[in-house]
Amino acid sequence: MQNRTNRRYTRREFLRNLSLTAAAGASLPLLSSCSKEETEDFLQKHFQEMTPEDKKRVIAKLEERYLQKYGRKFQISTQEAVPDTLWAYGLELSRCIGCRRCVYACVKENNHSRRDPQLQWIRVLRLRRGNLINLENSEHYYNPDLVPEKGFIYLPVQCQQCQEPPCVKVCPVHATWQEPDGIVVVDYNWCIGCRYCIAACPYKGRVFNWAEPNIPKEEINPSVHYLGNRPRMKCAVEKCTFCIQRVRQGRYPACVEACPTGTRKFGNLLDPNSEMRYIIDRKRVFRLKEDLGTEPKFYYFFEA
Amino acid sequence: MKVFHAAVTSLFLLFFFASSPLAVVEEYTPPPMTEGMYPCSNCHASMELNRKKRVLKEEHTDIKLHHAETMRWCLDCHDAGNRDKLRLYNGELIKFTESYRLCGECHGPQYRDWRAGIHGKRTGYFTGSGKRTYFLCAHCHDPHEPSFKPLKPEPSPHRPKENHDAKSN
Repeated sequence: MQNRTNRRYTRREFLRNLSLTAAAGASLPLLSSCSKEETEDFLQKHFQEMTPEDKKRVIAKLEERYLQKYGRKFQISTQEAVPDTLWAYGLELSRCIGCRRCVYACVKENNHSRRDPQLQWIRVLRLRRGNLINLENSEHYYNPDLVPEKGFIYLPVQCQQCQEPPCVKVCPVHATWQEPDGIVVVDYNWCIGCRYCIAACPYKGRVFNWAEPNIPKEEINPSVHYLGNRPRMKCAVEKCTFCIQRVRQGRYPACVEACPTGTRKFGNLLDPNSEMRYIIDRKRVFRLKEDLGTEPKFYYFFEA
Repeated sequence: MKVFHAAVTSLFLLFFFASSPLAVVEEYTPPPMTEGMYPCSNCHASMELNRKKRVLKEEHTDIKLHHAETMRWCLDCHDAGNRDKLRLYNGELIKFTESYRLCGECHGPQYRDWRAGIHGKRTGYFTGSGKRTYFLCAHCHDPHEPSFKPLKPEPSPHRPKENHDAKSN
């Protein structure tokens, strides 16, 4: 904390730091054993409570750290939700061939740990044709020479961006919340790694960094969002954010662009001209596990 | 004031059309064609017209017609007079970049969905001034053999056990 003396303190910060110092005093052995980096992170505010100056400082800190770690200059965005947007996703089951191009486009775009731990936000389930509701008998380790296979259909599952997200309800520290444009995000720094959200999610939409992530330096994507695809750390929970760094700029998510069959659709539910509204108006849509009342914004549909 | 009004209106119109899925298409990637083939008239201009359905032995041997082949032949879609154009049912000649109109003559529902961005694929920016790319029917479906070809899938995720094995190595 002594390193911050060159900037002015507000009264509120002074009081906050005073109480923190008192608390730290009680746990002095704990904090003093931390590196400067860890202490900084420990004292960092919740993202929603940060002032614009706080955000700037945190971004500068992160950019420097990423530069050291990955040797690349990052652009870390904290862009807020665009007014009058509620993002939704469409996936046409009669077209998906289960080729997993989306999975690896996501891995690359969103800076996933490639190996040990291997983390993926999209899971493509394979189901026997005519057995769609029977998710328990699905298989996501299928590995044939060619897809699609006869007699099977493929059901990609990722975070469904529920409007009533159970994962947000159970988080004991409010490290995950729903943004005004409907995207459920995680403040990776605030997450304590309790994994209650993983237990609460009925879609297996969240994954956990059991170890320090491994991203090859040459494959890093330096264009990131603070609440999205910035490199995560050990003990943080992560999930699909509909490519928050892209969609807030009006760009299609990476999985939509990667799909070779045009299975994946994306749009704004509040815009009557959007692709999603066209689908909901004219196609037969359903959502996964609707009976749970989670109100997913991920619509599966098929040719009527 | 009037100028201001006009400016606002045109701005509004611009936004309205930019956000509409049926708006004028911003960019098509060029249609996929065999290298060195186009323009077709390079060869065909000096050739005699033969409308007979037959096996092609000298040129275009790579083309396998599997597209309602019992009732169709080359010149149903390619124009006999101008080989660099496609021909609609009503006799109108269109460019290869507009081939979707020809496809839409039979595949109405798909054409309608494609225009709305549902059938097929778009990439880039869906709103705003960024570049957006629309793919043509022929990018995914070979017009002579339109069914989608099977692909090799990307590797499956590691099973939890494999993750542990990777750790111990």
